[in-house]
Amino acid sequence: MTVNPNSFINEKVRKLPPSGIRKFFDLVSQTEGVISLGVGEPDFVTPWHIREACYYSLEKGFTMYTSNYGMPELRKAISNYLKKYQTEYNPEDEILVTVGVSEAVDLALRALISAGDEVLIPDPSFVSYAPGALLADGIPIPLGTFEKDNFKLTGEELRSKITSRSKVLLLTFPNNPTGAIMTKEDLEVIAQVVEENNLVVISDEIYSELTYEGKHFSFAALPGMWERTVILNGFSKAFAMTGWRIGYAAGPREIISAMMKIHQYSIMCAPIMGQKAALEALKNGESEMKKMVQSFNQRRNLMVNGLRELGLSCFEPKGSFYAFPSIKETGLSSEEFAERLLTEEKVAVVPGNAFGESGQGFIRCCYAASVNNINEALERMGRLLKRL
Amino acid sequence: MGDLKREVLQLLENDSRLSKEQLAKMLNVSKEDIAQIIEELEQDSVILKYHTVINWDKQSSPRVRALIEVTITPQREFGFDKIAERIYRFPQVKSVYLMSGSYDLCVIIEGETMHDISFFLSEKLATLEYVNGTRTHFVMKRYKEDGVIFSGEESDKRLVVSP
Repeated sequence: MTVNPNSFINEKVRKLPPSGIRKFFDLVSQTEGVISLGVGEPDFVTPWHIREACYYSLEKGFTMYTSNYGMPELRKAISNYLKKYQTEYNPEDEILVTVGVSEAVDLALRALISAGDEVLIPDPSFVSYAPGALLADGIPIPLGTFEKDNFKLTGEELRSKITSRSKVLLLTFPNNPTGAIMTKEDLEVIAQVVEENNLVVISDEIYSELTYEGKHFSFAALPGMWERTVILNGFSKAFAMTGWRIGYAAGPREIISAMMKIHQYSIMCAPIMGQKAALEALKNGESEMKKMVQSFNQRRNLMVNGLRELGLSCFEPKGSFYAFPSIKETGLSSEEFAERLLTEEKVAVVPGNAFGESGQGFIRCCYAASVNNINEALERMGRLLKRL
Repeated sequence: MGDLKREVLQLLENDSRLSKEQLAKMLNVSKEDIAQIIEELEQDSVILKYHTVINWDKQSSPRVRALIEVTITPQREFGFDKIAERIYRFPQVKSVYLMSGSYDLCVIIEGETMHDISFFLSEKLATLEYVNGTRTHFVMKRYKEDGVIFSGEESDKRLVVSP
């Protein structure tokens, strides 16, 4: 008897569509000499003092489990750090250190969703929210965000998607892939809808340090929102620590302890090496981080000005490290454009609709690349545009 | 203007070949503004020179470099400056610093052979009036200079596409 191993796979997982990025990744990997604007991480290596602190901790023999919640010193440091966004969390039981924000997203969704609950997710946004909701038996509901609104989530859009099953709102600002941010005023409008409909909010603020016009404002800092919000943040983007996989969740003790229940059985604790490095980042990392942000800002200007000079309409991204130009004028779909740019000019960008339907007609260009590579990529893109 | 000037300087310090156009785009200001800023910085001698960091070893024309600790007797009225000038005017001398601590001047000198350096030392530097003593340390290997690591840039190890 021949067995089809596929028949063993859980139905939910089997039905989960593969990531649109994966497909494109395979294509790019087969091409030589590519300039990539397709990455989702800083081009800096983790600052040396942070790497060095990890060496030191290994020398000292820190190779064991930590508390499920994460090292107490690290939680204290995170609690202190979060005060800069006018939010207070008790390091004892209101902060949970996770394996990257990705784990925190998964935990939050699993801890909050019951089968059939609707999860409202801005579209386009990072690729793992909707699958995470599906895996938790929730129903992802996309909330369109549009160029005309600077890719902000509007109160009207949110209201129009509310049903009796609406349970969770994900906030994803500063946004990957659009670079949009939400100001305090923008968030106040959302908070009102949240309150009226008794929603719980998961606010992924991983790009909070990477804002270029004014400081990030945390949703949990709005009056009445703290009790119904879990903040997710981490070290990957601000401190160039993607591979360390250290993130955290902060929120009301009841929600954090529910997340911790899942975390303790599936993960136990985040790796101690990463936690030690993260602690060093919070203690002494600010000045290097500011330099990196300044450098991103310079390249943001270069990228956006360059794309506009090519005649592309490009909304000004005020956060993260992505530009999200429209390629609608070319008449091509996002995938067609990205594929031709790759095969004909060897520049990798990510098709906007890999991040949701509203991303169709856009491409994500990461400007965490060297100045020379950005210039060269723009020139190549210009050559393709001339031929279209 | 102060912050902008500083940012222009930081960018040029790292890459003096950035064009004015490029700088203008990166800092979101006009090309004319950048031209004016750079002109001012040059006129005020804030920007002194645009130079290139070269790994001569790779050009099979290696150079010999030495750091010389010099102790001197300061001169009335001029302090250390006059004697420093006597030293820094020699073209072999790459850098001269007045130091705190156990010696006075730190002189960095470069030549094509070790002989060049010993000649300079014995004939010129050690014989200068007011120079009391010298200690010479030859550079064995250059790892990093002016912020540049000589073993080359670390390669980009990131995945080419990631979410």
